[in-house]
Amino acid sequence: MPVETVEAEDVRAGEFAGSAVKRREDPHLLTGEARYTDDVQYPRMAHLALLGSQYGHAEIGAIDTSAAEESEGVLAVYTHEDLTESGIDGTMPAADPENGVAVERPLLARERVRYQGQPVAAVVAEGRYDAFRALDLIEVEYDRLEAAPELEDALAEGAPRLHDAAEGNVCFESETGDEEATEEAFSDADHTVALTVANNRVIPTAMEPRAAVARYRKSEDALIVELSSQNPHSVQDRLSDVLDVPEHRVTVRVPDVGGGFGAKLQPYSGHLLSAWCAMALERPIKWQARRTDDFQSMVHARHQETEIEAALSAEGDLLGLRGHIDADLGGYATGGGVGIPQGTAAMLCGQYDVPAGHVSVRGVFTNTAPISAYRGAGRPEAAYVIERLGSACARELEIDPAEFRRRNFIPSKEFPVETALGRSYDSGDYEKTLDRALEIVGYDGFRQRQEAAREEEKYLGIGFSSYVEVCGGSSGDMEGGLVRMNPEGGVVVGTGTQDTGQGHATSFAQVVADELGVDYDAVEVIEGDTDRVPEGGGTAGSRSLPMGGGALREAAGRLVEKGRTIAAHQLEASEADIEFDDGEFRVRGVPDRTVTIEAVAEAAYSPGDLPEGVDAGMEETAFFTPEGSTAPFGTHVAIVEVDPDTGELGFERYVAVDDVGTQINPKLVEGQIKGGIAQGIGQAVYEEGRYDENANLATGSLQDYAMPKSWQLPEVDWESTETPSPNNPLGAKGVGEAGTIAAMPAVVNAAIDALSPFGVDDLDAPLSEETLWRAARGETR
Amino acid sequence: MTDHEITLTVNGTDHELSVEPRTLLVHALRDELGYTGTNVGCETTTCGACTVHMDGEAVKSCTVLAVQADGERIETVEGLESGDDYHPIQEGFREEHGLQCGYCTPGMMMTATDLLRENPDPSREEIREGLEGNLCRCTGYQNIVNAVENAAAELDEPVADGGEVRWPGGEGE
Repeated sequence: MPVETVEAEDVRAGEFAGSAVKRREDPHLLTGEARYTDDVQYPRMAHLALLGSQYGHAEIGAIDTSAAEESEGVLAVYTHEDLTESGIDGTMPAADPENGVAVERPLLARERVRYQGQPVAAVVAEGRYDAFRALDLIEVEYDRLEAAPELEDALAEGAPRLHDAAEGNVCFESETGDEEATEEAFSDADHTVALTVANNRVIPTAMEPRAAVARYRKSEDALIVELSSQNPHSVQDRLSDVLDVPEHRVTVRVPDVGGGFGAKLQPYSGHLLSAWCAMALERPIKWQARRTDDFQSMVHARHQETEIEAALSAEGDLLGLRGHIDADLGGYATGGGVGIPQGTAAMLCGQYDVPAGHVSVRGVFTNTAPISAYRGAGRPEAAYVIERLGSACARELEIDPAEFRRRNFIPSKEFPVETALGRSYDSGDYEKTLDRALEIVGYDGFRQRQEAAREEEKYLGIGFSSYVEVCGGSSGDMEGGLVRMNPEGGVVVGTGTQDTGQGHATSFAQVVADELGVDYDAVEVIEGDTDRVPEGGGTAGSRSLPMGGGALREAAGRLVEKGRTIAAHQLEASEADIEFDDGEFRVRGVPDRTVTIEAVAEAAYSPGDLPEGVDAGMEETAFFTPEGSTAPFGTHVAIVEVDPDTGELGFERYVAVDDVGTQINPKLVEGQIKGGIAQGIGQAVYEEGRYDENANLATGSLQDYAMPKSWQLPEVDWESTETPSPNNPLGAKGVGEAGTIAAMPAVVNAAIDALSPFGVDDLDAPLSEETLWRAARGETR
Repeated sequence: MTDHEITLTVNGTDHELSVEPRTLLVHALRDELGYTGTNVGCETTTCGACTVHMDGEAVKSCTVLAVQADGERIETVEGLESGDDYHPIQEGFREEHGLQCGYCTPGMMMTATDLLRENPDPSREEIREGLEGNLCRCTGYQNIVNAVENAAAELDEPVADGGEVRWPGGEGE
């Protein structure tokens, strides 16, 4: 059901949260007033461009920069040596996995390159075209090495070794669950069902490529970096660390961001080098990556190959799960690359009550771009595996796939639960979202319709995905929230989360306006400035509303408490008798003795008007830590038609019923879900990052990488249920990733169902026409 | 490199500027003239973020050289509003939550207004086909289609009333 938007002025005070208020972000984005990083200009600004490695695996010999240095407009050309000569070590901190090896990540390649496009040299020039032109004049001696672009290449006997420290190209190994209990469950099982599932490599591809503008004020040894990022505080930390500038003299500002999806969490060589160049040349430096730079050297995502097996009772109850994940890390290990597949392993129970489980993980280096976070980060991979396995079990045991799921769901009365693979789910009602989805899609009549269509040689298939994710921060996470009421009653709030299109300013203003009982338009929201907002963790893992919203709610609550003390003094009543509602403090039982929160704020800045022992000012900062993570869930159902003669896949229906806890702005929730679904369908049907056998990226432009176009995606029928999270004051679970996590298995399961008359019981994504055409001819793998 | 003197009329304002032969129209608009509302998302004419109108038709300004646009009338996102009033396409995007990060939005709206001029009452399929040269990573397109439908309905009304349809550049049709 579509959600209708409303103007904030039409919403009653105190009811902003829960209303589909139109976004306050939109006016500047709709009129050309937006300010993305490339829109930032300063006098004497010069342009940085990076030369990426031509090859995927090679030793680097001499680098001749002389012709480039002579080129028109060029100010400087740098290689790794220049960085170390300046006194820094020229590397980014290495991911240091438990049970594994750490390998350093150079800002500019030293001695060897391990993926195509890895930055090798940097040019700074007066104009951006001057910089690009000079890149072509740099002569690099490459001594090419045998490459290992695929997991099987890297794991083969005698494979080329990427890093001396990583024997067999294995970076780390880990495991989760109880191996002994799991083996017991398998020995007791009536049936076992095994599946090999590949999560295809995808490339995040936010519409705005990476960019930074860095300035250095030598007199103050101060660095100011504006960049397109999801996490300003971690960029500040990294700049300080890599460039050896004290953190308190590094300011990070984030202008408008043209999408992030996880791939803009970490600063890249270009971001850090623009700052280093600004210091070296004492000029403002802009780095604006081109699309091809982003394809080659920004993080890629997902690629995992998983063996998974279920132990089942005769009736179809899940008794145990065991499996192994080989995770592609790319040429270097990032924090995400190491953490994500371990997160996948822990999420493999899905929505199901699995008594015993054990999953091992191996992280493997390959000659490809590093793998890290992309919308869902480990959880879409897990949902794809378990939801494919669920459908395979149902098929094997001849149980209806919806019934198989229902039979094995964790019952709603069991929450909170900890799964056999070690994840906690806060709250849930899985049957409710499944039932509603079945109702909307008209499942009752579907099988008959499918049968009738088959008789006319039309192949319809239905696919289910009952997913759960764990997100929304954790008990080991914190977020800062600042709420300040000015003497004239205006409210300024700040948090360390970072909008990249979600509509944080709208949502946070809704939350704070209700808490303080003030007008929505009186609340100004600040993000993306390390000088102005408290320490925080940026936007990742659907944490912004649970964590940032939680912090703001807590800070606003403290402000109300301070206001109560002041109001009691003003109203000459005991604090215990002061009620606060709708922006007014009232003496209980005396309706005409009231004072507004605005008047209290004014008094707060006049120390003479304050009770003894109360400090002046109306400002609170809360550092919020939740009780635990959140677990959004839902069921998505896709109905597709596959033409076995052409391999074409068409969408007949896509139904999504999601529960992301309490909703602050249902329209923004709907937008996040639908956008997320598009990315999941992208991975299922269209997208794959591919390297050739020499580790050349074959999908290095938007002409080759199949990001979905407007006519390639279905209309989504969306509904929601609301099961609040007990772990944060808003009850919100986070919504950024849910759609992406859910979509892929629904679509692939639907295609398998459609082609089942041809004996198809397995398909690998993306479901290209060729893949489906071959599958209909018995060539599944 | 020899610079060329060219004239561009951007959103009704005449500009004389000097550009290199290699300068792309999008960079002339953004870096030389300060019309930064038009964004750059690729360099292969694929994403459509840089779409502007040149002599009344949608073009991708990353594949037009500034010198090729000499003497032309260019309309950008900055020219959509008239006075303080949003163009119906802007209103539609706001009403329907047709944008998230906003990076593709200016190009998307310029393509959509061109589409609606050619086909004032498009079906949802026609809208989806008409927007195929503009990529969006955030929305999944459904709310963008809603936004264009919403604008089409809005644009339809003044015509029925005998009024004038507003197009970027202020020309009635």
